[in-house]
Amino acid sequence: MAQGVQGEAGAPLSAQDLRTAPHRRRKEALVMRLFQAFAALSVVVSALIILSLVGKAFGFISAVDLGNLWSEGWFPRRNLFDIKTIFAGTMVISLIAMIVATPLGLGAALYLSEYAAPRVRKIVKPVLEVLAGIPSVVLGVFALTWISPQLIQRLLSGAELFNMAAAGIAVGVLVTPLVASVAEDAFRAVPMPLREASYGLGARKRSTSLKIVFPAAISGVVAALIIGISRAIGETMVVAIAAGAKGGSLFTVDPTGPGQTMTGAMASLAIGSDQVRGADLAFPSLFFVGFLLFLITLVLNVASERFVRRVRQRY
Amino acid sequence: MATTVTGPSPTDVVLKSLRGSKVDVKSRLFEAALLFALSISLLFLVVLLADVLVGGIGVFTDRGMGFLTADLSSLPNIAGVSQGIVGSFLMMFFVVGLAFPSGIGAAIYLEEYAKDTPLNRFLIVNIRNLAGVPSIVFGLLGLAIFVQALEGFTGGRSMIAGGITLAVLVLPIVIITASEALRAVPESIREAGFGVGATRWEVVRHHVLPIAAPGILTGTVLSLSRALGETAPIVLVGAVTGFLATGDQSFAEQLRGPFVALPTTIFNWASLPQAEFRANTKAAIIVLLGVILVANALAIFLRNRYERKW
Repeated sequence: MAQGVQGEAGAPLSAQDLRTAPHRRRKEALVMRLFQAFAALSVVVSALIILSLVGKAFGFISAVDLGNLWSEGWFPRRNLFDIKTIFAGTMVISLIAMIVATPLGLGAALYLSEYAAPRVRKIVKPVLEVLAGIPSVVLGVFALTWISPQLIQRLLSGAELFNMAAAGIAVGVLVTPLVASVAEDAFRAVPMPLREASYGLGARKRSTSLKIVFPAAISGVVAALIIGISRAIGETMVVAIAAGAKGGSLFTVDPTGPGQTMTGAMASLAIGSDQVRGADLAFPSLFFVGFLLFLITLVLNVASERFVRRVRQRY
Repeated sequence: MATTVTGPSPTDVVLKSLRGSKVDVKSRLFEAALLFALSISLLFLVVLLADVLVGGIGVFTDRGMGFLTADLSSLPNIAGVSQGIVGSFLMMFFVVGLAFPSGIGAAIYLEEYAKDTPLNRFLIVNIRNLAGVPSIVFGLLGLAIFVQALEGFTGGRSMIAGGITLAVLVLPIVIITASEALRAVPESIREAGFGVGATRWEVVRHHVLPIAAPGILTGTVLSLSRALGETAPIVLVGAVTGFLATGDQSFAEQLRGPFVALPTTIFNWASLPQAEFRANTKAAIIVLLGVILVANALAIFLRNRYERKW
């Protein structure tokens, strides 16, 4: 006669007997709820960001004379809030930054992933991380005291000390390690057999890198560049220190002169915060610009996330 | 009898005939261009460090450690960074006390407990997006919520408001790095724990966390140094206008009072027109970079020392 598994009282063992003691189960549930609450905290943060930005930005829009949003310049103290001025400034700085960061970041990434000996990689990667860890306020000072006088003013005669080119280059230096790191991950995610097939057909390392690895990793490269642009647009301290135009700016796209970006405008509004409280609309305009900035970077980040996921799915 | 091979080995002969005798100029140039791109980035780092050292070291040779203990002043030759150091140091307590436990807790939930439901996927997407939000926007959050809405608790433009803002800023970074560390722990460790009847929390507490600890520690140190260098958010919360409240008030009053931090001191001095403050600015940068670089080097060392391959 077959003997079944028996519980304590001789009755057949059920799932009930295998459950752990009640106090352990209670503790287990409690711990899980606690961690769940911590995870939910991030949603609260997002909600608070959106809530405070939308509320105050809406207050600004309903109070401001809409004609002042499209005027000759950005002068919050005089109630002139020309969006295109600060948007143009942001575009100029980000464009210069990406002109610097795209070749430097992608070149460094391709070198590290395809050419560098493991020993070199092991040394260079941490150094790039150090560069990534340098606070933006330090790069701002560097832009003002070295990049502007030693590079820009020597190369472009007539450039002022405070200029958007120096700020743009410094932002580019800041963004380069980020671009390099995301792009390198993408290059390294390309499977080895693809390279081996290329070598097997007699291709050189250069052709393999450019015609096999690079196209295979193109989604990751695009993601790296989008993340770079998003970071450049949101960069504040470099612009606040080195791009000048603290009180306000006329519409300009001249990189050799001072200019105002969205983030720079916010920083200078915040510094003069005590006076700003008197100038009724200047303070809420801070939140309006912040809201625009938030939307732009959000769209860019979501887009880059899509591209990153595409790389992961393929291999 | 063994034959001894003399002259070029067969491999060399084959390789030579395959390669031909021509030097491949284009390939060499391409490799050089890539190396150049990498070197330029590193060169910027070297020039930056040299520029800061040359510009700021004079302050230390003239005044010794006096620069570290002197208060803020409008006179460049007696101005120092003591308030900035104290302010930055105090704000780090908020980051350590608020962002670390909740960030690591959230990471444990997402990696160990959460099933693949739409809600949990939304949590992850939300955290990723939060990590990409520009730091100045966190400053606006601090200004609207911690300075204005919660003024009764924080005391307005105060150390508490600044500290909480920084804690919120690094929260997504802590969650992401801690998640990565937890994910690196092999599944077999957990299964072994479950196999001997441990509950999920017991497995996490006794097996997963100890193994993931070095990785989590690295991430937290990196986010701490990020918080230390962040300027824009605390400028918005009000660090530039205030001087650090010190002296006769109680500690609680000091926390609810105006504040400065090391990076905002740098920003403040960099905006001053007097040339003498240039040296002070760079000396303050030496102090800030010193702290951050030591912290980062420590984190990278920890990671390389304790990194385990499974």
